[in-house]
Formats: sequence, structure tokens, C-alpha cells
Amino acid sequence: MTSEVLDPVVGGDERILPPEYELNEAEPEHCPGPESEMAGKADACDGCANKEICESLPKGPDPDIPLITDNLSGIDHKILILSGKGGVGKSTFTTMLSWALSADEDLQVGAMDLDICGPSLPHMLGCTQEVIHESNSGWTPVYVADNLATMSIQFMLPEDDSAIIWRGSKKNQLIKKFLKDVEWDRLDYLVIDTPPGTSDEHISINKFMQDSGIDGALIVTTPQEVALLDVRKEIDFCRKAGINILGLVENMSGFVCPNCKGESQIFKPTTGGGKALCEEMNIKFLGSVPLDPRIGKCADFGESFLDNYPDSPASIAVLDVVESLRDAVGDV
Amino acid sequence: MSFDETTQEDGEEEQAVAAVSLAQVKHIILILSGKGGVGKSSVTIQTALSLCIMGYKVGVLDIDLTGPSLPRMFGLEGKSIFQGADGWMPVKVDTNAEASLSVMSLGFLLGDRGNSVVWRGPKKTAMIKQFIKDVYWGELDYLLIDTPPGTSDEHISIAENLRYAEPDGALVVTTPQSVATSDVKKELNFCKKVNLNVLGIIENMSGFICPYCAECTNIFSSGGGERLAKEFEVPYLGNIPIDPKFVELIENQKTEEKTLTELYEASPIYQIFKDIMQRVLDQKHPGRMS
Repeated sequence: MTSEVLDPVVGGDERILPPEYELNEAEPEHCPGPESEMAGKADACDGCANKEICESLPKGPDPDIPLITDNLSGIDHKILILSGKGGVGKSTFTTMLSWALSADEDLQVGAMDLDICGPSLPHMLGCTQEVIHESNSGWTPVYVADNLATMSIQFMLPEDDSAIIWRGSKKNQLIKKFLKDVEWDRLDYLVIDTPPGTSDEHISINKFMQDSGIDGALIVTTPQEVALLDVRKEIDFCRKAGINILGLVENMSGFVCPNCKGESQIFKPTTGGGKALCEEMNIKFLGSVPLDPRIGKCADFGESFLDNYPDSPASIAVLDVVESLRDAVGDV
Repeated sequence: MSFDETTQEDGEEEQAVAAVSLAQVKHIILILSGKGGVGKSSVTIQTALSLCIMGYKVGVLDIDLTGPSLPRMFGLEGKSIFQGADGWMPVKVDTNAEASLSVMSLGFLLGDRGNSVVWRGPKKTAMIKQFIKDVYWGELDYLLIDTPPGTSDEHISIAENLRYAEPDGALVVTTPQSVATSDVKKELNFCKKVNLNVLGIIENMSGFICPYCAECTNIFSSGGGERLAKEFEVPYLGNIPIDPKFVELIENQKTEEKTLTELYEASPIYQIFKDIMQRVLDQKHPGRMS
């Protein structure tokens, strides 16, 4: 294991992300951040191999934030899809929400994938083979339908399976590019899918969009306490970061056997599930979506579950949640 | 407990040997997956309990800093870490006879279970370094390291910190559907890049047996793990069905008289997992102290 291989290692890396600066080594623990006003001057900077690089970077308020605000000015509603836990269905729900909104021909919808290390949106929207076109004015997102655009790092990888071994600072730069340089044009909705946890991606998106304004976050959970435990942390993060919570949806709640129609609680809500959490934390409960094996299949094939199985109880539940969500952002 | 400021000043020379804290650890195994929610922590806990039942001394390190689940799953919520003469003392789990089980997680350092840990990369990197350097494990047969999803700060840090520690390798967990396996492929490529041996792939949540009619439904489809193992030419260790009884066992452990290892030994899922574990042990990895 040499340190070379631990540097960002995507082949043809430059093509993906023209680095504005390259650090000599990982930032120390109390690093003020290369973008901060204290960069190169804080106590932690003494002896850091990056000191000179950081000192030479422009200081003051981030000059890119007005550019981001300008680029996103044509977007009416910006919604984050969050969950502290992985694998609860953030991307699945982002996908279904995008399909559901774009079913209305009058709406322009964008879906942005902030999960840099494990992007799933292109797979679920059925557009993995597309590439991003770059022009003078920026990056053109991939259009899945006339009124549904999407953006993900997956479109820029040399191979589908390439690992993106990036530390936080590098991920932040890409997120900034997604907000600043992607030509979203006019959108009614921008739905932003996030990775699990409460780290760089989450801090950055909130910081970069401080002036553009985020309508709020939709929290996704599954019913069991192990998941709720992480979701509590995400809610705590939203409150600390000042992100409005639009509501919570419980996914994978209950499973109906296709053979005998008997219902089982696979991820048992031993502590009352999402609903009890909402009461405890004073959050709007938007509904529960049952497990349906066909949802996973549709996601694997990049097809719209809502179009393929409109009569499934899961489809009906999802559409109800979408309605409540549109209410919550003051649309309709 | 505060961060040890001096950890920042380690030179390259110190990096050239494995951390002293790991000197009495025979085997190190990482549990990885590119995807979240596939059951890394469930596999970690089952590996730990199976090894304990077989009589080994096991330590478990949780480096999922923003979403630590192990304290809850081991029934250790509310316990805290103490600073001993030799370093941080991990929390012990009651076991039978000669085996032992100790757990270290950031969850034990949080004041309230609902508190979020909102940390950027550098802080996470420093924490992991401390976990490797400052935890006093004592004599261990196996140290299991549970990781968060992705291929980012935590993974780069743990790979760097274990560079000279000669870990046995990684157990890679996936669920069967292709959306999951495509993320796991990225993780396998990560293992290749950092020269981390892959002990094998475990497919979790493959099939659900209806408790009423015994019909097996492949909720998250099936066979993805085995195809993945073939494609990457790594061992396929087996599949674990969805078993709500295991979740119940974890959730209700407090109300039972028996220890967690006894409860697990009696559960049907142990019969399945035992075989998977045996396939790992059959690889007869020489270990670090041979």
C-alpha cells in the first residue's frame, strides 16, 4: 500500500474534475479548511505540508456562492432527500419522486446525485450509458425525459465500476461544480439525493446553497430502531444546520407475501417506527410505503415503478407522499 | 476524553511499523461494502458472535463515525469508555468460558444517543488514527473492523493506518439487487487499489421465507453476490436470508436471561452463518504473529 494509490485514483481524473488546487497531504485534524479565511494562518497550519498552498488561495467570503445562487435562480423548489442510514431507499425515493413529478408535463424536474462514492440515480433512472456534454456555458445534464434532467458523477467515470477514492475536500469541489456549472435552466423542482451520514457532502450542500435557499428536507427511514437511531442524528443535524424538515416517510414497512397474502414486519418497528419518531421529534409524518419486490426490480432495470404497477399499494402510498410533499413546499 | 494533539506529529518512521496497540492481535478482518444498509453491522456482529462461540477472543472496532450501530446491536447503549493505564478500554460483552468479546465505537463517546456527529474528513481521519493507536485491546485472536458505506475518508484512513499491520483481508457484504452490486464493485476495485485481500463475498437479505406459508420471496432479487464473486474472481462465502427473528433477538436481548452468544447459538441463522465463517477459517490465513 503506497500513498500514491491512496490519492484520488479515478483514471483520467483531470477530465472529471479540474482541480483548482491540490493538497500535498490530508488536512490535519483542526484544519480550518482550505477555503476559510484562516487558511494557512490557524494554529493547526503550523507544520502542515499544505500551509503554503492554503495561504496562496483567495480569502474572504466564498466568491463562488453568488455564482451558485445565480445559477440556481431559475429553480423554484429545492428539496433534499436525507437519511442518516444507508440503504433505506433514499435513491429509490428520489427516483420515484422525480418520475412522479415529471409525469406532469407542465413541470420541469431535475434530480441531482450527491452520493459521490456510491452513485445510484443513473442506474435507477435507466441512463447509465449517457455522458455529460461540456460547453462554454457549463455542463449539460442528462435528460431522461423531456422534462426530467439528472446529474451524477457516474456519467463521468471512465468505467462503470471505477472506485472514486476521494477525501472530503475533493468531493466538496465536485459538489460545487454541480451547483455552479451545471445548466439546470428553469426548473420547478430540483430533487437532491444525498449519501448516508452527516459529513462533508451534507455540510457543503447546506453551505453552498445558503443564499439560494433550500425549501427543506425529506427524511427517509425504515421501521427498525437501528435505522431510527441514525435518522435521529440526521434530524439533529438538520436542526443544528437550520434546514427545514418537510416531513418523514417510512419505507419498507410491512411485506405482503405474494403467495398467501399474509403480512410480515420484516424490519420490525420495535420502538414504534417512523410514526412514533415523528411524534417524539415533532415532525410531519408523510406516510409509509410497504415493501414490494417489484420496486427493487424496476430500480435494477431503470424503469418507473409507478408507471409499470400503478395499482400496487406501494405506488398509491408513494403518490400520497408526493402530494403531501408538494403541499409542504407550497406548490399546488 | 479529548483528542491527543500529539498524534498529528507522527513522522513517516513511526508509520513504518504497525501500531503497538495491535501487537497482541493475531488476525485483523475488515467488513466492507460500497452500499449502505446491506448489513455490514449485522455481518460484523454475527462474525463476532460465531467466533466467540468457537472459543476465540474477539475485538470489534466500529469506524462508522456518523452512524455507529454496534453499541445498539450488542446491547451496550449507555456504556462508556474508560481511560486505563495502557489506553482506552473497550466495552466488554458477557460471553461464556474462555472466549471474550470487546467493542469500541464512537457511539460510547456521545452524550446523548440522538446527538449527531457532524464532522468533515480531517476530524474523522484523526479519530480513526486514535482508534487504531490508543485502544488497548490486549490479547485478541480476531479484531473485526466495521466500516461505513463508500470509499472515502474513513476507508482511506483505515487503509493507511493498517498499511503495515498485515490484515487478513476484507469480508465484502452485498445484497442481491444490481443497484447494490454496482456500488459493491466500486468497493472491490478499492480493495484492489489498496492491495487489500478479499476474503470473500457474503450475500445478505437474499430471500425472505414467509412465516405463514413458507414460500420464499426474493425481495431484493437473488444471485447477485455469486455473480459478483465470479466476475472479480474472489471466493463466494454464501448467502444469508432475511430473518426477522435475528432482528428480534437483537432488540429483545435485554429482556432475556441468557448472554447474547447463547441466544445467538440457539437461533437458526447461526446454523447458516457458521458455515460461512467456517469457509473463512478454512482459508487458514497464517495471521500476523506467525
